[in-house]
This record gives sequence, structure tokens and C-alpha cells, in this order.
Amino acid sequence: MILQIAVGLPFLVATLLAGTGRWLPRVAVDALATLTVAVLIVLLSLVLASGGTTVWLGGWREGVGIPLVASPLTLGLTLTIAVVALAALIVSWRYFAEVQAIFHALMLLFTGAMCAFVLTEDLFDAFVFFELMSVVAYALTGYKSEEPDTVHGALNFGIVNSLGAYFTLSGIALVYARTGQLGFAAIGKSLREDDALVTLAFALICTGFLVKAAAVPFHFWLADAHAVAPTPVCMLFSGVMVELGVFGVLRTYVLSFSRAIPAADVRTALLVFGSAAALLGGVMCVLQRHIKRLLAYSTISHVGLLLVGVGLLDEAALSGAATYFLGHVGVKAALFSGAGLLLNRYETVDEHDLHGRGRSMPVTGTIFLLGGLGLAGLPPYGTWAGKAVMEEAGGVWLTALAVVASALTAGAVLRVWLRVFLGAGPSRSDSGDHEEAETRFKLSRLPWTMVAPGVVLVLGGLLLGLLPGHVIGRAVASYAHLEGPVPTPWTPAGVLSGLLAVAFAFGVAVLGLRGYAPRVALLHRLHSGHIGDYVAWLMAGVTVFGLLLIAR
Amino acid sequence: MSHLAYLIPGWILLVGVYGIVTSRNLVHAVVCLSVAQSATYVLLLVIGYRRHATAPVFSDIKPTGDVVDPIVQALTLTDIVVGATVTALLLALTVQVAKRRGTVDPDRLRSLEP
Repeated sequence: MILQIAVGLPFLVATLLAGTGRWLPRVAVDALATLTVAVLIVLLSLVLASGGTTVWLGGWREGVGIPLVASPLTLGLTLTIAVVALAALIVSWRYFAEVQAIFHALMLLFTGAMCAFVLTEDLFDAFVFFELMSVVAYALTGYKSEEPDTVHGALNFGIVNSLGAYFTLSGIALVYARTGQLGFAAIGKSLREDDALVTLAFALICTGFLVKAAAVPFHFWLADAHAVAPTPVCMLFSGVMVELGVFGVLRTYVLSFSRAIPAADVRTALLVFGSAAALLGGVMCVLQRHIKRLLAYSTISHVGLLLVGVGLLDEAALSGAATYFLGHVGVKAALFSGAGLLLNRYETVDEHDLHGRGRSMPVTGTIFLLGGLGLAGLPPYGTWAGKAVMEEAGGVWLTALAVVASALTAGAVLRVWLRVFLGAGPSRSDSGDHEEAETRFKLSRLPWTMVAPGVVLVLGGLLLGLLPGHVIGRAVASYAHLEGPVPTPWTPAGVLSGLLAVAFAFGVAVLGLRGYAPRVALLHRLHSGHIGDYVAWLMAGVTVFGLLLIAR
Repeated sequence: MSHLAYLIPGWILLVGVYGIVTSRNLVHAVVCLSVAQSATYVLLLVIGYRRHATAPVFSDIKPTGDVVDPIVQALTLTDIVVGATVTALLLALTVQVAKRRGTVDPDRLRSLEP
């Protein structure tokens, strides 16, 4: 019963807030929303403490029923979602000078939809919650609808993601046609042979999830949306929403298709798409001067790496990927909250306009330094621990890929830290393009509610690597029905590759400060903001993914 | 059911996607997205179709022969609700784009990549 309440609670309070919020004082709205998420965390922890459970909704058993599955892995994911949502809501207390209760209602709906997407083990239910979470995300992105870039970004986000979801639904329909089942596990039991229809269905289902996971070439929407969404919302987008796409792919394959489609076929396709995202995201990240857009591209790169870790379809790599996900959540959410602090104080997140102006903000500077080191994967960050385990499972090529991707993204963040908070490098402020601050008035000093969540999150990401790996490893193993020893990241090779990435990251940062930039106008032109281009790339991506699945 | 019927949703999907790719107007692009989504309605209904079967209504009359699959009809209804939400929201965003940018032609919108 606790599990059903946990799933229903955010939706209930969201409806209440949407209906009555206009008559409630701001304090009450803030308190109610934050309290709801806090209660959600307690409820989920209670379920976790009792060891997890499977609930068949309405008492209908297997065959027609819809299960909610609370395993250590799904509970861990939902708890992460709830904790980031709590941090984002606390930041938004003082972050928005004016905000309507509908914002809180949308945040609760978003949190609830993400949790329900993770917990439900029915393919069609998962699609419905996936769409709900997407639609709420479009609305949250376009929340500041008076800004032209904002509505444009939200529209691109909406069209590309919805189209992806329709591909997923077509795939679900084909699976239902073949098996007559909609439950993940029930499909897994009846699908045993590989044929054209099964492969097509798998490719279609994965498309929607890969669009959400921003695998190249489905990634175009992400930077447009993250650059314009309110900063507390970005914490949730980059921290957990995008990663749920990877979880969707993993769950679809492991629970439903692993008997029908050989792992080798799926591995190639996922590794190609993940590696492309890791590299392209890293290069685009270095080229940015708009800090939120820069962080968005780093998310593309890191989620690409996560997709590679999951795509190895290997128990060790999977537990590494889970650790990497958790480490990345802390670091990336903290970095976005840091970007929000800059936007609040200086009404711009342009790196050159902010040159040297962050000297008076030591705590924000520390968040950027610790965040940059976290993206690079300095031991004992969770990102490092996860990466080291994935590298050991993947081999030399994965080590090279991970070092390059982390060095590029972390180098860009460290460059921002050096330039904004230490005043390094020449000053070339030329844009004069000021954004309207989301806060509307400058706070005389930053309130702790805006600073503390970022500090706590980045420290959490830092200390995660000290956690014994078997906690996460066991949660993953029980989910994927994989047996095997849980590897440790504390190997000479793991520590060395972490330190190497940090050294390269500082190299990239210093080169960036000196003005070295790769000449890649073509890449800028590809990310045109033109919806037709994005959809054309999406179709190309679907075709390539399908071809990789059938190429043996 | 002939396999040819399955080509119809594929065709509708491609028509919708072609419309978005070549669109010169955002309202047209959003409607093309709905067209692409209609492909999923047709696909679901094709899957549930049985020749000479009746509607799956069991309340007061007892169906004598086959009935079509009621599950895909429920899925289609849910899908239509999802589609209505998405279309309404995207059209609202298009109105805002028109107000703020003064154009709804994707070719004339400034790039978001600085």
C-alpha cells in the first residue's frame, strides 16, 4: 500500500496546487510542494527498508494485470529522482521572485511521472508516464514564455521528443501484435525467437528512449531546451530525466528482448550511438561560451558514456554505469545550480561577460571547481568509480573514449572556473546580450537555500566513490538477473586513468583560455535550431540504428 | 488480415515526418506531428481487427461470434488523449513564438546556437 501512495501522492498534491494555488500565499505553496517530495522520499525509503515488493494493481494478477515493481534498483532510481527534485524545489524558494503555483504543480507532476515510469513494469503504462513526463517537461521548459529563445527551444524539444515517443508506441503495438502481452516480463517470456518483426519492434521502442537519452544524432533538442529552461528545472533535466532514456533501453532489452535478440547485435548498435554522443558532446561542449548550453553538451557527452557502459551488457559494466549515473547526478545538478547563482547575480551566463566577476562568490566558485573535477573523474568521485569499473570491463578503447570525453567536458567547466572566478585569460566581452534574470531582483547576498543544495549534491557525488561498490552492484545484479563478482574501482589502472583525465582537462582549460579553439563552423551550422533538420536527423538515426541491429 | 494493411500506418508516418522536415510554418509542423501520430492509431486498430467480428461490447447483448480486440481500442483512446495534450501545448508554444519572434517560418527563426 505504501508504494501505491508514493506513486499517487505527487499527482494528488499537484492537482490540488493547480486548482487552489492562486489563493494560497507563496510560502504555503513552497512548503506544500517541498513537504510532498520529502514525504515521497520517506515513503520510498520505507519500501526500500522492507526489501522491495511487487504490487499488482487492482488485484489483477499476471496475464492482464499491471505490476509496480519496487526492486533495489528501481527504488534507488526513484529515490535519486526525489532527492534531486527536493534540491531543485529548495533552490527555487528564493530563486524566483515571482512564480505561480502552477510551477510547483508542474514540478510535482514531473517528479511523479518520472517515478511512475521507473516503477511500472508494463510497457504501455511506461509509455504513458514517459509521455506525461515529456509533456510536463515541455511546459516547464517554456515556463518563461515571454522570452523568444525559450519558446523556440521548448517547441523543438516538444516536436522531436513526441515524434520519438510515437516510434516507441509503434514498436509497442508490434510487440503486442506478436505476443498479446504488454508487461515487460510477460513479453520476455513469450518472445524467444528473433525475426524481422521483433527486431523492428525493438528498434522502434528504443528510438523514443534514445531520443530522450540524447544519443547522437537524436541529441539536437537537448542543448536548445537546457539553455532556456529555468535553472532549477535544468537540475532535474540533466540529472535524471535524460538518464531515464538509457534506463528505458536497458529495461526493454533485459526484461523483454534478451531471449529473442542476441546481445552481440544490440551491443554494437548501442556502443556506436553512445560513443558518438560522448565524442560529439565533448567537442561541442568546449566550443560553447553560454554556460548553461556548455553544461547541456557535457550532459550529452556523459550520458553517451553511460549508454556505452549499459550497452556493454555486462554485469560489471552495468554496476559501473549505475555508480557513474549517481556520481553524475550530484555533480551536474550542482553545476546547474551554480550557473543559476551566476544568472541571479549578473543576469548573464556568458563566460566572457562574466570574466573575473565571480571573484566575490567563493562558494559558487568552489561548486564549479569541484564540479569540474567531478566531470573529469578525480578519485574518489562517483563518476570516477563508475568510469573505472566500466573501463575495466570495456578494455582499452573504452578507457581512451572515457578519458577524452571527460577531459573535454571537464576542461570546458574548469576553463569557466578559471575565467569567471579567478579572472584568468584576456577579457573579451563583446556580446552585450543580457538575459532577463529569472530572479528579477538582485539579492543583497545569496541566501543559503540557493547555495546549500549545490554544495550538498557535489559533496555527495565526491564521497560516492568511497561507498563500497557492492551496494550498487548488488542492486543492479538482482535487477538484471546477472551473477558475478562486483569489481572495485581501486585498481592502479583505474586511478591512473582518473588522474590522466584530470591532467588533460586542465590542459584543455588552459588551451581554451589562450584562445585555441578548433575551427569547426560546420558543427555550429549543424545545430541550427531548425526543426526540419532535427527531424531529418532523427529519421537518419532510426535507419542507422535498425541497420546496426541487423548487421551481423 | 492482409499484411498490406500494415503498410498504411508506415505510409502515414512517413507522410507526417516528410511534412515536418519540409515545413515552412510551425502550425503546419505541429499538425504534421499529429498526422504522424495518427499512424499509431491506425496501426493499433489494424492489429486488433478480426474479419467479420463485432464490437467488443459485453454489457447487455451476448456477442455470438468473434469480437475485435478491445485492448488496442483502449490503447488508441489513451493515445488520442496524449496526442491532444501534446498538440494543444505545442500550438500554444507556436503562438508565443509568433508573438515574440514575429514569424512562424522555421527557416527565418534565428539559430539557438550562438
